[in-house]
Amino acid sequence: MTDGPAPVLAAELIRWSWVGDHLDDIRGYLFQHVELTGLALLFGIVLAFPLALAAVRWPRLYGPILAFTGVLFTIPSLALFILLIPFTGLSIRTALIGLTIYTLLILVRNMVEGLRGVDRDVREAAQAMGFSATRQLFQVELPLALPVIMAGVRIATVTTIGLVTITALIGWGGLGRLFIDGFTLDFTTPIVVGIVLSAALAFAADLLLVAVQRQLTPWARSRRS
Amino acid sequence: MITFESVTKRFADGTTAVDNVDLEVPEGDLTVLVGPSGCGKTTTLRMVNRMIEATSGRIVVDGRDVAQVDPPELRRRIGYVIQQTGLFPHRTIGENIATVPQLVGWDRRRTRDRVGELLELVGMPAEVRDRYPHQLSGGQRQRVGVARALAVDPPIMLMDEPFGAVDPIVRSRLQDEFLRLQQEVRKTIVFVTHDIDEAIKMGDRIAIFRQGGHLEQYAPPDELLAEPASDFVADFLGAERGLKRLALIPVSAVKAESGPVVTPDDPGQRAVAAAEAYGSDWVVVVDADRRLLGWVHAGEAAERGRVGDAEVRPFQLQVLAADSLRAALNAMVQSRTGVAVRVSDGDRYEGIVTMELLSKEIS
Amino acid sequence: MDVVGDVLRWLTDPLHWSGPGGIPARTLQHVWYSLVATGIAAAIALPIGIAIGHTGRGALLAVNLTNLGRAIPTLGIIILVFQLAGFGFIPVLVSLVALAIPPIVTNSYIGVRSVDRDVREAAEGMGMRGRQVLWQVELPVAMPLIMAGIRTSAVQVVATATLAAFVGLGGLGRYLIDGLSQRDLPQVVGGAILVALLSLITELLLGRVQALVVSRGLAERGADAAVRAKVEKAA
Repeated sequence: MTDGPAPVLAAELIRWSWVGDHLDDIRGYLFQHVELTGLALLFGIVLAFPLALAAVRWPRLYGPILAFTGVLFTIPSLALFILLIPFTGLSIRTALIGLTIYTLLILVRNMVEGLRGVDRDVREAAQAMGFSATRQLFQVELPLALPVIMAGVRIATVTTIGLVTITALIGWGGLGRLFIDGFTLDFTTPIVVGIVLSAALAFAADLLLVAVQRQLTPWARSRRS
Repeated sequence: MITFESVTKRFADGTTAVDNVDLEVPEGDLTVLVGPSGCGKTTTLRMVNRMIEATSGRIVVDGRDVAQVDPPELRRRIGYVIQQTGLFPHRTIGENIATVPQLVGWDRRRTRDRVGELLELVGMPAEVRDRYPHQLSGGQRQRVGVARALAVDPPIMLMDEPFGAVDPIVRSRLQDEFLRLQQEVRKTIVFVTHDIDEAIKMGDRIAIFRQGGHLEQYAPPDELLAEPASDFVADFLGAERGLKRLALIPVSAVKAESGPVVTPDDPGQRAVAAAEAYGSDWVVVVDADRRLLGWVHAGEAAERGRVGDAEVRPFQLQVLAADSLRAALNAMVQSRTGVAVRVSDGDRYEGIVTMELLSKEIS
Repeated sequence: MDVVGDVLRWLTDPLHWSGPGGIPARTLQHVWYSLVATGIAAAIALPIGIAIGHTGRGALLAVNLTNLGRAIPTLGIIILVFQLAGFGFIPVLVSLVALAIPPIVTNSYIGVRSVDRDVREAAEGMGMRGRQVLWQVELPVAMPLIMAGIRTSAVQVVATATLAAFVGLGGLGRYLIDGLSQRDLPQVVGGAILVALLSLITELLLGRVQALVVSRGLAERGADAAVRAKVEKAA
């Protein structure tokens, strides 16, 4: 660790030649990043759904669920990952489980709020028209809850993309590895590349999700303008 | 006194919200601005305390052009009550009411006393002063809103649909209480509503606006109802203008007829004679002290021999001298006799009000 | 594999409770960094968020600032700043403060903005000047959300300060970073537990402060706001 007087404030932030030489590494990191994010989101959604449904169906569960997720959310991410280590070692499982937990926290809350936010009048009308509970859920409540749920998915995605970089400290990291590389090589280029790429990835993912949301909620489109 | 001189308001997008309005609100009067949505009544109201600035024209309040006065200073002397009350949720009721006194620098003791006075004035229990707005019902919040506006005893009040956010029963009660209050304090009030019935009930004068901000007519309610200035006004007043007028005239304004009257001890023949003379098939029955007992069929009385032996049917409704002719009409249609009977406070018979009397009064 | 036992032993080892590398010293350091960083961030962010909320100008920035903040990798910023400015408290502080600003700006903005239009209208209509409306009405009513923003930010700072140990900062993060590089499981897990506890205490403490500072008339609003602030639904 360098421990001396401050070096010149960046003669060059990016040495493009280095970027050119390490395109393969960068690509590899990017793939790992997308892989970790995608998997974490997938598991998160799959697990959050039944939890959210349970919380809506049995409102008394919601309080404890909220409290529990609230507590987990407060814990710094690095600490959370580390607390998993005794159970899952330094494997990719640790990273994945930790990331999934975070997506879960965000998604459960948003799903519940979204479902609860569906107009009571609409729900009553649906019931009165003879929808079965399951039909009603999938054809009426979920579509209407979609905006709020999608907002949660967006937040979860961007947050996860950020959290993946933290996993660099426990051996994974995706683009976060570039930060470690930059640090060990005492070199700003990888760091800048890492920051730019993960931010870009986050924006791209967000825009993609906005587009998906627009597609899934055509009735909201006219209001938006 | 409030005077509007050729006041116009045009918004940036070109719409004319208020079009050349000339209006004078006499001191101590309650003037109602009424009209359909988009007629500019609220805009007009809000130009008085400069929440909206007039595009042209002058508004003079108590001799001073409002444009010449610093707006916050102006507003501290004008009471402002709005539909959603706008009570500060983070302050207690007492603190809410004390807002303007604090702004103008009253000392604590004076403020505290005034808050107590005002709570009593608007009919709220004293303990309410330490509660928070979210703990009160809609009607209670409205009262607090009025109390807050009256805090420094401003000579002028602006009220924008103040009773609109509560249910009809509560609204009616609030209106009555406010009218009673106004009797006491006699403020100069500009009151906005979209409800013509509320306007007629509350207003000393009514200003009817049309879409586009045109003032169609400005007159006391009975004049308005008797002589609408245009088709728009007539339409706005509603198809039952006649009934509305009746609501404004007290029973005491018409001379009640004495009508056919008998006592229970009178012979049935007396009843027949009285009924014949009057032109009905029934007679009114009173006791020795002239207290109303009801009515009987003259024929039945004759059959039974004595009036009291026939079935004395009660009048479902009676009217007092102070009730409106509309109440009399209501009583009329609910009685087989087809007339309304007028009594005193102690149930003493005072006479009969007939359909003819009503028609004569409003035609 | 007696991990629990090892960790407990590490946590209760008196050696770890004394000296500059001990738990109390590091906790104090951590608290100090977090306090300073949150304080400075609040001093910068509160006026900005409140001004934007009060005047309505710059709303786009305020609303999106938190999203922007979320997209930028914390660890990257810390390491970059370190590379550019070297080791030292100030550079780390700068990163901590920068990352702590967004939630406060966004929440203060939303808080002031969400003050009921009628309440504002009534305040102006009664003759309050702009500044009086702000201080006597808007800020108190916005307080639940403002406090929620500060809470979120503080907890975030505690987490970021933990990461900053990677570039040499002291505090409880040291146990995590050192433990990782030394492959010392009890140290790393013990440190993680300590950090988690500190975060929770911070959250709870500020929750109490919030309860004290927020008017009782806003009681239900406050609880709601904290939940909402945690997972800002609006985008």
